[in-house]
Amino acid sequence: MIADNNTADQQQNGGKGEPLLPILDQPSTRRTALKVAGAALGLAAFGKAFSPLMVIPENVSVDEFLQQHYKELTDEDKKKVFARLEAETREDYGADVTISDPRPIPGVRFGYGINVSKCNGNGKCMEACNKENNHHRGVDQSYIRVLEMSKGSMDMEQGSTTYDHTVPQEDKFYMPVQCQQCDNPPCVSACPIEATWQEDDGIVVVDYNWCIGCRYCEAACPYHARRFNWELPEIPADEVNPEQGYLSNRIRPQGVMEKCHFCLHRTREGRAPACQEACPTGARVFGDLNDPDSDINYVLKNKRVFVLKEELGTKPNFFYFFDS
Amino acid sequence: MRVPQRQSEQLDTSRRKATWQRGLLVVTLLSLVIAGVSAAMRPDASSDSNSADQPGHEPAATANSIQERPEFPVEIRKPSGPPRVSTGLSDPHGNDVTVACSTCHMTRQPDHQNKAVRDLDEFHGGMAFSHGSVSCLSCHNSNDYDSLKLADGSRIEFTDVMTLCAQCHGPQLKDYKHGAHGGMRGYWDLTRGSQIKNNCIDCHNPHSPQFPKMQPTFKPRDRFLEQPRTEH
Repeated sequence: MIADNNTADQQQNGGKGEPLLPILDQPSTRRTALKVAGAALGLAAFGKAFSPLMVIPENVSVDEFLQQHYKELTDEDKKKVFARLEAETREDYGADVTISDPRPIPGVRFGYGINVSKCNGNGKCMEACNKENNHHRGVDQSYIRVLEMSKGSMDMEQGSTTYDHTVPQEDKFYMPVQCQQCDNPPCVSACPIEATWQEDDGIVVVDYNWCIGCRYCEAACPYHARRFNWELPEIPADEVNPEQGYLSNRIRPQGVMEKCHFCLHRTREGRAPACQEACPTGARVFGDLNDPDSDINYVLKNKRVFVLKEELGTKPNFFYFFDS
Repeated sequence: MRVPQRQSEQLDTSRRKATWQRGLLVVTLLSLVIAGVSAAMRPDASSDSNSADQPGHEPAATANSIQERPEFPVEIRKPSGPPRVSTGLSDPHGNDVTVACSTCHMTRQPDHQNKAVRDLDEFHGGMAFSHGSVSCLSCHNSNDYDSLKLADGSRIEFTDVMTLCAQCHGPQLKDYKHGAHGGMRGYWDLTRGSQIKNNCIDCHNPHSPQFPKMQPTFKPRDRFLEQPRTEH
């Protein structure tokens, strides 16, 4: 075939045998031309595909681009990073904030319980979460999703989050779902870059500056507890919560994952989480699982308790219970 | 499968060696036990070395020190005192005129036949009442209407209303004492700060105690149902 083509080509070119492209010491056949075109296209595509690596994106500073993983930051690094983030918040949102980094209290392991007999689905917890955690005001984002479920069913797929009527309805029960802070967290194993991990007090955290926004963790979480920041959060300057934690409620960049962190900037200082304080029905119980006299241990010992999707083996530190 | 075969061969061929090894094992175990006992005899030294060697095992030490730290109080909100009853009139400034219970009840004889709101023909008529089969004077003190009374007839102040409620609602009180009823604000860790808790009538109307129905005010908005907000 090749020979045939060559001879045919040579005859077309007047039989001189000179290649059309001198750099390629090959006979100028249609096949060669296609090869060259293919190689050029391939090179161009390769270059285009890798071009994002060659430039730092416009909205990312050099310092941020070069920032290390949270666990590799020294105290000195952290100081610089927090100062940079505080300055950025001042510039972008016009708010003076303090970014801290409270570490787990030694010996404490957090547990959270929700009384499904008491919860009436009023949604005050979502509102408190939105304000406490500097969520995007535009879409009324929150770490909590209150499901209105039919009595007698545990099918979360059938639960409604958009109910808009007086609560509670007679034939419904209400189940707030947020991060269950699993001891065997599927989201952590799914993360390809270790941007999320579980800390000693059981709280699963995200390094928002390390996250690449691949959303694998969102797909891995059976509780739909992780959110993606589609947009840059919009928050009026006077509504920005100035008490911020690096791993918790600081204003997240666009394009990263976020999740409930049991308000670790509050709870690691001994305070109650914002959703618990906001609950008007007293359905939320929070405390230290390692303290036998804690409120949460009273619930675990005295109430009928269940965890969500126990069969998946995620071992949540989040419990649901009944009054009777 | 091969491993047990090898072991049996070894046992067959060198029984003497095995018994010697067994003897050595016993001696080692004995010496270990003796070392352990002698260490246990000196509790101070052993705990010191433990905490020094293993900083990760500090929780036990800190738990002890936390117990030694003073605990902040749990503050239970109290009603301000005997309630004032609206007369339905208003003063020249437009403010509601209220009176103390005793203003009227001082001069009226209590009627023990009045059990429910529908029995009252002069006052308190429009009040919503839905609290089981209790009657007015189950809780209100007919000897002093500015106070309440317990089931045994003893007087109790309005500010101590929780004691009154707890006569019937024991399980709720038990839950309440353990933070599983009534909610809280403040600190979960009482070694770091205080806690504020509601009292019964902060959430429950004593005459109609069922928790009121509510209208949800905060809903996540679906970004796919609205116009795109930013370009990206």
